[in-house]
Amino acid sequence: MSEKGQVLTANRLRDGEVVFLTRAGTWSENIDEAALAIEKEAAAGLEAQGAKAVAATLVTGAYLFDAERKDGHVRALHIRERIRTLGPTVRMDLGKQAEGTAGAFAALD
Amino acid sequence: MPIIKDGAFAPDPWVAITDDQPIPATGDIWVSLARLDSDWGTLCSHAGELGVEVPNTTKAEKLKPYLGKLSLILLPFPAYTDGRAYSLARLLREEGYIHDLRARGNVLPDQLQFMKQVGFTSFEVTDRFPAEVWTKAAQHISAVYQEGYTEPHAARTAIWEARRARS
Amino acid sequence: MYRYDEFDHRFVAERVSQFRDQAARRLSGELTEEEFRPLRLMNGLYLQLHAYMLRVAIPYGTLNGKQMDRLAYIAEKYDRGYGHFTTRQNIQYNWIKLEDTAEILEKLAEVEMHAIQTSGNCIRNVTTDQWAGAAADELADPRPVGELLRQWSSLHPEFSYLPRKFKIAVTGSPHDRAAVRVHDIGLRMHLNDKGERGWEVIVGGGLGRTPFVGVTVRDFLPEAELRAYLEAIMRVYNLYGRRDNKYKARVKILVHELGKEEFQRQVEAEYARKPATNVELDVAELQRIETYFAAPAYEELPKFSTGFENARIQDKEFAQWVKVNVAHHKQQGYAIVNISLKPEGGIPGDATAEQMRVVADLGRRFSFDEIRVSHAQNLVLPHVKRDDLYTVYIALKAHNLASGNIGLAGDIIACPGLDYCALATARSIPIAQGISRRFADVKRQEEIGPLKINISGCINACGHHHVGHIGILGLDKKGEEYYQITLGGSSSDDAAIGSILGPGFAADEVADAIEKILDTYLGLRTGPEETFLLAYRRVGEKPFKEALYANH
Repeated sequence: MSEKGQVLTANRLRDGEVVFLTRAGTWSENIDEAALAIEKEAAAGLEAQGAKAVAATLVTGAYLFDAERKDGHVRALHIRERIRTLGPTVRMDLGKQAEGTAGAFAALD
Repeated sequence: MPIIKDGAFAPDPWVAITDDQPIPATGDIWVSLARLDSDWGTLCSHAGELGVEVPNTTKAEKLKPYLGKLSLILLPFPAYTDGRAYSLARLLREEGYIHDLRARGNVLPDQLQFMKQVGFTSFEVTDRFPAEVWTKAAQHISAVYQEGYTEPHAARTAIWEARRARS
Repeated sequence: MYRYDEFDHRFVAERVSQFRDQAARRLSGELTEEEFRPLRLMNGLYLQLHAYMLRVAIPYGTLNGKQMDRLAYIAEKYDRGYGHFTTRQNIQYNWIKLEDTAEILEKLAEVEMHAIQTSGNCIRNVTTDQWAGAAADELADPRPVGELLRQWSSLHPEFSYLPRKFKIAVTGSPHDRAAVRVHDIGLRMHLNDKGERGWEVIVGGGLGRTPFVGVTVRDFLPEAELRAYLEAIMRVYNLYGRRDNKYKARVKILVHELGKEEFQRQVEAEYARKPATNVELDVAELQRIETYFAAPAYEELPKFSTGFENARIQDKEFAQWVKVNVAHHKQQGYAIVNISLKPEGGIPGDATAEQMRVVADLGRRFSFDEIRVSHAQNLVLPHVKRDDLYTVYIALKAHNLASGNIGLAGDIIACPGLDYCALATARSIPIAQGISRRFADVKRQEEIGPLKINISGCINACGHHHVGHIGILGLDKKGEEYYQITLGGSSSDDAAIGSILGPGFAADEVADAIEKILDTYLGLRTGPEETFLLAYRRVGEKPFKEALYANH
């Protein structure tokens, strides 16, 4: 059983780390902790929170991407976002996939 | 909007006359380029000082016949990444224009030095930044490589010329 | 090699402090991202897929051991222990923090390096022949002009907010290794019958979405006028280049839309109108710069090196490496060593901090402390005694730096692609790795002969796929990566834009497709002297198309 929706992502301003907006309104390095907005209104709510975090210079370049939740874990639908949640596919020793923050779907496919 | 001139915030003595306003008999006024063209007969003998705002797509030659009468030219920056006015300013200086050249629109502290170097002498700016930010931004780089791009009275070294003078 | 004087030091130090201030203002929120973006880009700082990426300039691809050591130090201290050498002879780091950047720039300034204008809509790092000053076929070293242009273009007050980025390449050799016909401005040295240097000025070449081969606007511009003439070109471009559409903003589009004659007329009119430039200043500055590029103190050596010849007989692999990776030097007894950064299955252009230190050390010991970066993403030791070649080879081999594939199928140029780049539509590196593994056998590569395979992960063409003999462009079709193949491109004297062969391929089909193309070539060539490019030009695309699509 999977639900499809959208996740808000950005880069942390001071170090560039890829982060995701959580349900608690904090930013996590791990997509599994991301809030998944199913409804359009919920997505707009995430965007509004993102804009606030951008204005507060916590993060930069916030945007929504399509994702699904399966068994409580979140996975990006497009390959670009999957690579962002993992790290370079040609350097498995680097990025979230190496740091244990890639979430449960720690594979490209 | 505040004006920066000679390194400090300054009052703006100029009055902008929009295209639908009548031209006053006296006073220091500036008009659009279209107005300058259409009302040149009146404006050429205006009793006060005369200025013009010129789109950054204008060819410098177009202004040549007016230059002798103008004591303010305003060049707009529709976006701060739109660099056409840098070249236009430089061309006007090369054509012999010696009076006030003003940048307006998207003018940020980080572009101030380049604007000064190409010949701008006054700046219409936002009030977001205090005076010291503007002053500091214009002085960051004190040595430049390009010949002929050091503005008068600025403490800026033209590197190639300095090297040549030394050798 | 050029060394900074007190003015260069002051300039770079002030630029670092300016950037430190800009970054602090961004972090405090005084500057918005939109305002900061052009400022950070003009200092080589991008925001990429995983983090910030910092691109450091290696002007005209020349550096010394101390500088290479510093690049290694930065890789270890501020990044993840490696760096990526680029097609603009620069290096980029993929895991940089904004809050560390000013400090990194300070460390670079200590060794006379910077990241100025490695990005942004300004004049970028000037590139040249990686064999400059060493090549047997060269008229004169083009690097003094490269340095002159580096200085002239650094923080140029008039030309820092151009419609789009602007790339200049210079070459001093009749055999173009700097791709001057596919740059915004390409400069090619000629000598007149009095032996004086002049420059052919080529404008409007470029790759990207709309590739063009540049047009010559001056056949022989006296060297003293070079800077003034470039100013006229830049001014015409800055005023009239398109700003309404970023894909039509490069100077190639202006040249194309105006036509060569009209563009040339406008440049010449501006050049004639300009107040006279103080050309004596340029001449004096060039002379000053030239003293730094005097030839190193070569030894008088015999033509024949016994040690080298013996090693070649005893070690077949060495002999093979020499045949492919070592080029003729203008000085008798010396050779140019090309170090491939394309090991089998490796990431093209990547080097670890340890490898950088090995090359730095070899440069110091065996190449007059000079190292080059090539636009094919390889490194070069330009002045090695033939007597020392074997020692150098053994040291390189111990660090996985002795792949003997320069100019062959394994020497693939690839952009970072979707593994790192925020603009990419598909991955490039895994494609390069697949082809590299498929053609791992050096004998097979040699049989195929000179071949340039170029891979870009998006239409912006950082992997220069248009000018690859075989070009591969990665695209996205409804979330799936697929790859378009072009044939017949070249960036050299016979510059040409490749043509698309047909429908694209899935990632796992690309290596097969390339193999089919090369097998077809081997089957139809008139002999080993007919290279892939020559054969393609003779027979056209038809046989290759048939081989690839017959069963589709």
